[in-house]
Amino acid sequence: MALLSKKDSKLILDPLTDNNPITIQVLGICSALAITAELNASIVMAISVLFVLGLGNVVISLMRNIIPSKIRIIVQLVVVATLVIIVDQVLKAFAYELSKTLSVFVGLIITNCIIMGRFEAFALGNGPWRSFLDGVGNAAGYGIILVIVGFFRELLGSGTLLGFKVLGDPIEKTGIYAIGYENNGFMLLSPMALIVVGIIIWVQRTRNKALVEDH
Amino acid sequence: MSLKSKLHNFKEKHRSKKWLPAFSAIHTFLFMPNETTHGGTHIKAADDLKRTMNIVIMAMIPCLIFGMFNAGYQHHLAFGEIQAVSQGFFSPEFWTMENFLVGFWKIIPLVIVSYGVGLGIEFIFAIIKGHEVEEGYLVTGMLVPLIVPVDTPLWMLAVAVVFGVVIGKEVFGGTGMNILNPALTIRAFLFFAYPTWMSGDKVWVHGAVERANEIASGANLDAVSGETILGSLAQGLQHDYSISEMFLGFIPGSVGETSAILILLGGLFLIFTKIGSWRIMLSSVLGAIAMGLIFNSVVDAGIITEGSKFYGLMSTVWWHHLIIGGFAFGTVFMATDPVTASQTNKGKWIYGFLVGFISIMIRVFNPAYPEGVMLAILLMNVFAPTIDHYVVRGNVKKRMKRLKVKTA
Repeated sequence: MALLSKKDSKLILDPLTDNNPITIQVLGICSALAITAELNASIVMAISVLFVLGLGNVVISLMRNIIPSKIRIIVQLVVVATLVIIVDQVLKAFAYELSKTLSVFVGLIITNCIIMGRFEAFALGNGPWRSFLDGVGNAAGYGIILVIVGFFRELLGSGTLLGFKVLGDPIEKTGIYAIGYENNGFMLLSPMALIVVGIIIWVQRTRNKALVEDH
Repeated sequence: MSLKSKLHNFKEKHRSKKWLPAFSAIHTFLFMPNETTHGGTHIKAADDLKRTMNIVIMAMIPCLIFGMFNAGYQHHLAFGEIQAVSQGFFSPEFWTMENFLVGFWKIIPLVIVSYGVGLGIEFIFAIIKGHEVEEGYLVTGMLVPLIVPVDTPLWMLAVAVVFGVVIGKEVFGGTGMNILNPALTIRAFLFFAYPTWMSGDKVWVHGAVERANEIASGANLDAVSGETILGSLAQGLQHDYSISEMFLGFIPGSVGETSAILILLGGLFLIFTKIGSWRIMLSSVLGAIAMGLIFNSVVDAGIITEGSKFYGLMSTVWWHHLIIGGFAFGTVFMATDPVTASQTNKGKWIYGFLVGFISIMIRVFNPAYPEGVMLAILLMNVFAPTIDHYVVRGNVKKRMKRLKVKTA
């Protein structure tokens, strides 16, 4: 990549695969379970976190030398809260239906462990450009998993994708059988999100044995 | 050279092949393996894992046969083709060839799909992981057809078996490592994924769903319904089944769960052969009785009156709870699963009591799905290791105290 040095591009690419915040660090699981029943909710959530984490990392990085370390958590919270409120207001203004679906979980981005984790672990010790890349990378890693989970849950749970019918309803009933797709209600319940994330973790660690933890 | 030694030589020749576990699974199923331990002192016992499993299956066979007759009987009864049973367990209306054949052609496919899919996954995992095929699925495969409604579509059962065996058992490390009872995981998957096929008043009687579809598409026919007793009670309706019908099992329900007397016989058989734990069965019944009595006294005290939606099930006489629904089957065959139940004797009492207690509680308070045994056992499966932990800790503490008294 000509645009980014090798070290910088690693900041973006690592969280997408071998250092994924959800499947490797197992952070930010709560929202991955709560809002992935529909694909569009997952996408909006991913974009919101991308905005908050990318910008938040830059802001924290710019202030890193003037924040007294004793109150740094409070400062970080103020930064996240500000950004999250902006996201929340924008969603309410331009996508009211979606913001109702996401309900409290937009506000709960504040408590998303990935965000505080990146502020603490990266933005406090690195320059704004690198922090921005790190934020974008981690948010994208989080978003990818959200979209994958949302894709399977909406497809198998409701037979739709982004609200469009993909798998047909059962038709031509003969006895107890019918041609078509019978929606799997379990996919819409939160436990199934956990299981889908678990399967992604399983597949990832089977492909790359180096990721398997010793115990 | 005998066939047995030929097979053994074949096995030795292909020792390094990937598919060998699949071969030796069949080999050891038919013959005792030639590889026995040499030297040292060994305890000789006949009851290996396979034999244990076979005894449980034998205990379930009467329920399976009865289930076949009952499926046909409920079908013919609901369609008005025969009269209800009149002469107790050996009523001639029940034990007819027509009844048996209808049930046989409905239930044998369920058994075949359950075993075919489940064992197929066991074989695949054994080959990938390179270990011998474990026998754990033998009992699960027989339990599954017994705890589903007779009109469950086969593809649905196959999907659920894949889920239950992979997510419920293999990811934890296979037989003996699972936290949840695999058969109940399969049942729970079916219930949450396809609730319309697992509850309501149609699926319990073969042909009722089909008839409902015909009526929906304009045919001028009478609707057929086969509401379970629990379903009626949960809606506050009366049912017209006698006590003996409930006890003997001439009622609609999942395939093998209806006949309390055959389940009781199976349970006694398991206790006699020391395969099933009598502590769990007894304490589970005690727990159910305790909860039933509590609900009865709540009704007697006038706290819950006829207007309440819980009245129907709360006012059910406490011992009726033991013979309706899946309680008896779950207690005898599912709660006693040696892998997922508590291991310590004191733990078994606590575990069993809570299974019974919570079963009846869920049964009464969950009107959408008036059967709590499945959820109660799964819940207690999760807590069984915790119960064991505290029982063991308590024992260690007691012994430490004794040790201190002695040394002091």
